[in-house]
Amino acid sequence: MNISLDSFHDPEIAGILTKKLQELDIKEPMTLMHVCGTHEHSLAKAGIRSVLPDRIRLVAGPGCPVCVCPAGDIDLAIQAAEKEKVILATFGDMFRVPSGDRSLESMRAEGSDIRVVYSPLDPVKLALDNPDREVVFMAVGFETTIAPIAASVLSGLPKNYSMITSLRLVPEALVFLLERSEGSLDGFILPGHVSTVLGRRGYSFLENEYNVPGVIAGFEPVDILQGILELARQVVAGPPFRIENLYKRVVRENGNTRANRMIYKVFEKSDSRWRGIGGIPGSGLKLKEEYGYLDAAERLGLEYDEEMVDLPEGCICDKVILGEAESEDCPSFGILCTPRSPVGPCMVSSEGTCRARYQCRRVQAD
Amino acid sequence: MCLAIPMRVKEIDGDSAVVEAGGIRKNIRLDLLENVEPGDYVLIHTGYAIEKIDRKEAEETLDLIKKVYRAGMTNDAEGLLE
Ligand code: SF4
Repeated sequence: MNISLDSFHDPEIAGILTKKLQELDIKEPMTLMHVCGTHEHSLAKAGIRSVLPDRIRLVAGPGCPVCVCPAGDIDLAIQAAEKEKVILATFGDMFRVPSGDRSLESMRAEGSDIRVVYSPLDPVKLALDNPDREVVFMAVGFETTIAPIAASVLSGLPKNYSMITSLRLVPEALVFLLERSEGSLDGFILPGHVSTVLGRRGYSFLENEYNVPGVIAGFEPVDILQGILELARQVVAGPPFRIENLYKRVVRENGNTRANRMIYKVFEKSDSRWRGIGGIPGSGLKLKEEYGYLDAAERLGLEYDEEMVDLPEGCICDKVILGEAESEDCPSFGILCTPRSPVGPCMVSSEGTCRARYQCRRVQAD
Repeated sequence: MCLAIPMRVKEIDGDSAVVEAGGIRKNIRLDLLENVEPGDYVLIHTGYAIEKIDRKEAEETLDLIKKVYRAGMTNDAEGLLE
C-alpha cells in the first residue's frame, strides 16, 4: 500500500475526527495545554480552536524557546556583539527579541557584526572562514535543537568559536506548570519533535508521579485533532491516566538514544530562568566542565546582569506563557503590540503565542 | 523553533547526506541517526536528520483513524491505537 504523508491534512479524515470530538459527552469543562510553538502555529492556521466543543479549553503553554529566553541571556549576546573582534551568530527568531531598550537587531544597526544562522553548523563554518575573528554562537533551543547543537560540538570546533547557551528542557517545565496550576490543568498535548528526542518514556513521570494524561502529537491537522480527541477522552474517562504516543511515525518509545547520549556528553542539567516565569530547577543545560572552554562569557569576560527586566510594562507574556491569560486579554495586543513593532517576546518570535494569534486573526479577517 | 521537515535521503557520504523534498535538495548531517539508507524518509531540523520516519506506522495511524473512528467503534479506539 502506498500512502502519502499528505493524508495527515486530508479534510475528510479531519472531518471524521472533528465530528467525534463534538460528539464527546463532556460533563465538566476541561483545560488542555500544549507546550509547543509549532502546535500553536498549526492550531491557529487550521482554525482548530473554532471547531472544539465549548467545554474544551485549549491553552498554549511555554512552547517557544525564544519567548522564554530571559533578557539577561540576550544581554550577554549583546555584550559579546559589542566587541570589535566578535561575530555573533544566532537563529533568526532571536534577532528582534528585546533586552531592555536594545536587541541584536538594534546592535546590528549600530554596526555590530551579527549573523542569522539556520544550523549550528553555520557558526562553525563562519569561524573557519574568519580565523582572525571570534565567532560566538548564541545557542537557543529545546531538546529538538539541543541534539543538533551537541552533535555540532562533538564533530570538532575551531579555536575561535565559543557559545552563549540558552537551552531549556520541556519535562522540567511540565512539572513546574503542574505544581503551579494546582490541579487546573487536565492534560498535556506533548510536543512532537521534542518527543523524538525524549521518547514516550521521557514523560512517564506524568503518569507515574502526577497522574496526568498526555498525548504525543504531530503537527498536521489530523495529528492535532486526533491528539485533542484522545486526550479529551482520557479526561472524560478518568484515571488511571496514560501518556499515549500518537506520533509513532517519528517518536519511539525510548526516543533517540544516540541523540541523548550526545546531548549529555556535552551538557549537564542546571537550574534555568524562563522569561517572565522565573527560575525552574534543573530545567536548563550548561556546558560540562570539559567543554567549559567553549563558554563565551568566560572567554570574553562578560558579566551576567541579573537585574535585566524580562517583561516591558503592561506586557502579560508571563501569564500568556503559563496559559493563565489569552493574548486577547492583553490591552496592547494588536494595538500597541504587533509583529511590526512587538512589545513583548511572545509577539516577536514567529512561534510566540501572541504572534500566532495575531496572524490567524488577520487571516480570518481577510 | 522545533519545526522539522520530512525529506527523502538521496545520497549518503559518511555522516553527510543529500536529501530532497518537493524538488528541493539539501545537504544535511546524519550524526544523530544510525543505519540510514538512501530512500529513507527523515525529519530534518537545523541541518540535521533528527529521526527516521516510519512509513508503516504512518499508514497504520491513518488506517486506524479511518476504520475505527468512522465505524463508530469509538470505545475500542484506544486499544487499537496502542
Ligand atoms: S500582546 Fe504583546 S504586550 Fe501583550 S502579552 Fe503579547 S507580547 Fe506581551
